[in-house]
Amino acid sequence: MNQETRPHQLGRQDVDQGPLPQTFAQKALARAAGLDMVEVGAVVDVRPDIVLSHDNTAAIREIWLQFGQERVAIAEKLAITLDHAVPAPTTRHAQNHAEIREFVREQGISNFFEVGRGICHQVLSEEALVLPGQIVLGADSHTPHFGWLGAFGAGIGRSEVAALWATGELWLRVPESISIVLEGDLPRGVTAKDFALRIIGDWGADGGLYASIEFSGSGIEAMSVDSRMALANMMAEFGAKSSFIRPDGKTRAYLEAALARRAARMKHEGLAEESRADVEKLQLLPDEGAAYAATYSYSAGELEPTVSCPHTVDNVAPLSAVAGVEVQQAFIGTCTNGRLEDIAEAAEVVRGRQVAVGTRLLVIPASSLVLQEALERGYIQALVAAGAAIGTPGCGPCMGNHMGVPATGEVTISSANRNFRGRMGTTDAEIYLANPAVVAASAVAGRIADPRSIV
Amino acid sequence: MEIQGRAWKYGDNINTDVLFPGKYTYTVKGQEEIASHALEDLDPTFAPNVRRGDLVIGGRNFGCGSSREQAATCLVYNGVGAVIAESFARIFYRNAINNGLLAIVCPEAAQAIQGQELVSVDLERRLIECGSGRFAFPALSATVQEILEAGGLVEQVKRRLALAGPASEGSG
Ligand code: SF4
Repeated sequence: MNQETRPHQLGRQDVDQGPLPQTFAQKALARAAGLDMVEVGAVVDVRPDIVLSHDNTAAIREIWLQFGQERVAIAEKLAITLDHAVPAPTTRHAQNHAEIREFVREQGISNFFEVGRGICHQVLSEEALVLPGQIVLGADSHTPHFGWLGAFGAGIGRSEVAALWATGELWLRVPESISIVLEGDLPRGVTAKDFALRIIGDWGADGGLYASIEFSGSGIEAMSVDSRMALANMMAEFGAKSSFIRPDGKTRAYLEAALARRAARMKHEGLAEESRADVEKLQLLPDEGAAYAATYSYSAGELEPTVSCPHTVDNVAPLSAVAGVEVQQAFIGTCTNGRLEDIAEAAEVVRGRQVAVGTRLLVIPASSLVLQEALERGYIQALVAAGAAIGTPGCGPCMGNHMGVPATGEVTISSANRNFRGRMGTTDAEIYLANPAVVAASAVAGRIADPRSIV
Repeated sequence: MEIQGRAWKYGDNINTDVLFPGKYTYTVKGQEEIASHALEDLDPTFAPNVRRGDLVIGGRNFGCGSSREQAATCLVYNGVGAVIAESFARIFYRNAINNGLLAIVCPEAAQAIQGQELVSVDLERRLIECGSGRFAFPALSATVQEILEAGGLVEQVKRRLALAGPASEGSG
């Protein structure tokens, strides 16, 4: 890795060359604020294209009711998933879901996704509800996820979502941007997750605070869509406001398939065509010579499998340094690493093997679509044969309020994004974060293990 | 306006899971109940002993993690007068301001203040005073000031909607 910190410089020096080069974040916020250009640091009122909420929708409604409105101002922009505690584990949770369904009915919200459909970020991606260049604001901290497709996604609080429902508008500060370049091909067994953990380990959990993280380089171009999602999603743990990966042929192919699926579901034949035109029209790219607060360059060949140790995400170590730590639970899932590619890697590791005695393996696909495809390809069968327990698509035990939480004193290795003390329910448990193949290998070994020594 | 109280001092990267545990986010609702779980996993002595006007002091990246607003409201409901930190995670900062909780970025003061000592904050003069001296903090942005003056985002939006009149309801 090497750091070249550039001053806020200008790519083109001539005076009458027109406006200064812009970052992606500047362009996206200018568009959503209805302005030609916005300066970094300015506070602007933006109108997002999509507003996301999940099991917290009932709590947001309570706040919104104070505005005395009968209808939300932007019903067509709302996207609501039930994902954080599904199926409902207690009557209180069920009551919460019931209130949300009632709100959805009463407001005529069409983008509502029931228990079992999957995790908000995955579902909105699969439904192509967010397109390149657009802005999604979500009552969820992992909303920078949508950088995978070249959209601006940022997490906000519940009151802010309520304010958006009422007015369609919210204040945002135009962030500085950090450029992260990855060149070359990732070595075998090294994934986008390892790259994300390396970045967070190198620069700290606040290394990207307030910033928009723009990725580029041949290493990013080589990544699958699933991997790009994992990378963009993890930027929440870097303190970032949003992230950005340039849309390319892979992005467009994914979105076109998603749009075709949605068109078929909604029996709206023209939708796919219309939206395909939008994909091209809306896309926003950073200008050559735009100013970055910092530029970090990595070469893929020097990366290795990386593990985040208890109790902070930036407490990272190379896999080799923590191999051998005993684990009682291995968990594969979440909006970071619960996708088809992740489950495929895990299935490959466990195929023909058994989960170690004294250890349990929990696999929760990020969505119903992932589950279906994983079934069609035999991944789920391989995992179940090895002794894995399969959960309903959703967040699972990620934030400690649903099944699969650890007992006190237990150690979990997880493909999730956060290992804060108490995250999975009890403060007296340790959480290690790793890529899904490492989690699967650890389940088989009963201790943290390198999948390359197995497969 | 002046805020005065005792300092509850914590370190770097105080995250939302220790401010308000995730397992309570969809079921614990009343103000008192939310207040009673504040900082439960970090400092169980906080919620029973904090007094109105007390200040919470943090290091770098205070409030990192989840977008859960209770991480800020659990402090508000306990009567916390302000949070002073070296830096804030962005969603926590927004949640604090949007709930009328003053969040002050002042690395020098955050480092100098000792746990449980008496601290006062003078908002007009933008000065923090503690045992080891006085520290100036920068002006808040106009947007932030407007929200704090309104008593939070909800109050500000109510004002805006009232100004816009009933015609704005239900339209995009
Ligand atoms: S999987 Fe975990 S991190 Fe992702 S949205 Fe759900 S609770 Fe949040």
